[in-house]
Amino acid sequence: MSIVFPGAALGAAAPAPVTPRGIPHRGGDVNPSAATLAARFPDAVLRHEVTWGDTTVWIAAPRARQLIQWLRDDAGERYDYLVDVTAVEHRDAMRPLEVVWHLRSLPFRRFLRLKAELDPAAALVAPSISAVYASADWLEREVFDMFGIRFEGHPDLRRILMWESYAEGHPLRKDFPLRGRFSRAEQLSQALAANPEARYSMEELSVADAFHELPEDMKRRLQQQARQVEGA
Amino acid sequence: MGLSVQPGRTGVAVDPPSQESWVTTRLEFLVNWARASSLWPMPFGTACCAIEFMATAASRFDLARFGMERMSFSPRQADVLICAGRVPFKLAPVIRRIYQQMPQPKWVISMGACASSGGMFDNYAVVQGIDTIIPVDVYVPGCPPRPEALMHGIMMLQKKVMAQRSLAGGQQYAEMTIDPQSKLYIPPSRIDELSEPFGNSVHQTRSAP
Repeated sequence: MSIVFPGAALGAAAPAPVTPRGIPHRGGDVNPSAATLAARFPDAVLRHEVTWGDTTVWIAAPRARQLIQWLRDDAGERYDYLVDVTAVEHRDAMRPLEVVWHLRSLPFRRFLRLKAELDPAAALVAPSISAVYASADWLEREVFDMFGIRFEGHPDLRRILMWESYAEGHPLRKDFPLRGRFSRAEQLSQALAANPEARYSMEELSVADAFHELPEDMKRRLQQQARQVEGA
Repeated sequence: MGLSVQPGRTGVAVDPPSQESWVTTRLEFLVNWARASSLWPMPFGTACCAIEFMATAASRFDLARFGMERMSFSPRQADVLICAGRVPFKLAPVIRRIYQQMPQPKWVISMGACASSGGMFDNYAVVQGIDTIIPVDVYVPGCPPRPEALMHGIMMLQKKVMAQRSLAGGQQYAEMTIDPQSKLYIPPSRIDELSEPFGNSVHQTRSAP
């Protein structure tokens, strides 16, 4: 573990950062990482755009993990901080869903936004980057919980905001009604049936007898994980 | 000095001329007075109402004047549950369990619009009023209520405690349990059929437990 000072890779001659003023809505300075990324992965980088001074690069969803790994590890990029993982669903149902990664390079003082489009008609799957950034773990769980996008390779992909047995779907999808799908009485009785002391992974399961209260599919998954841990 | 309680009245009368050192009162009055004057709150603060609740407990408004300075963060030593803020469905079993853990007699103050009715959060995640989970004694309106409003609610609760009558057999408080065999029992589905939706949601029904 080393301490990274912002702008450390820019050298002593680099000008001190100033608060940007009068940024145009479209256009402006492009983050140099967009060009190097396109040169390094010409087949995976689709296009880029500058909005309010921030560069957005559209990439092919299946290659996301590889690109982000390279952005983090390359000596000329050093995107060492994952700001956020989120998703966007547009009101136009024909438009694809977007998974969004916000990366920041502290040594180079750069900010890069990566977007990958997912076909809403197909299975919503994106590669997990939790092996690249440990902080992606919960962020991807949140995206899964709210949008139903599955992250392949995530070690423990389950709901994080809603409770584990929540059966109404993924609340931030456009087809999800604001008040939920069930009646208030049904929502309340389902919520009250949840056991507040039940923890949902075998490591956290301090009360062994809470296990039988979990849904069947979760029991199966937890048992599989427990077996994997024993076999490893 | 003589203190006595008039028949049929609650209160203590002082009779200085008698120059005697005794006090008479009714046990019921004394018990209620002790309870009302030392309500220990269990703060269940989930949102901005809790900030206002903290202001109420702090020196300017000084909740200690009502015998409530002792915040009980364990429900087992609490008398009154003050629910300050919105309660999401994920917390519904938690607040019910906290209420069940409180020893009787126990009271509940629902502080603010969200705890009382869901407030502006008429959505998939928020309970539409904690009275759908636990019985509530006093509703304090406001978004959030000012400390004066909360204190007014507390004084209303104290009045309620003072007016409490003991039950047959000397029991002070009884919790109703639903008996499905009773002729008065109406199944929840029938209640929903008979009653209109209420609250600020068309999905909110009276049978919600």
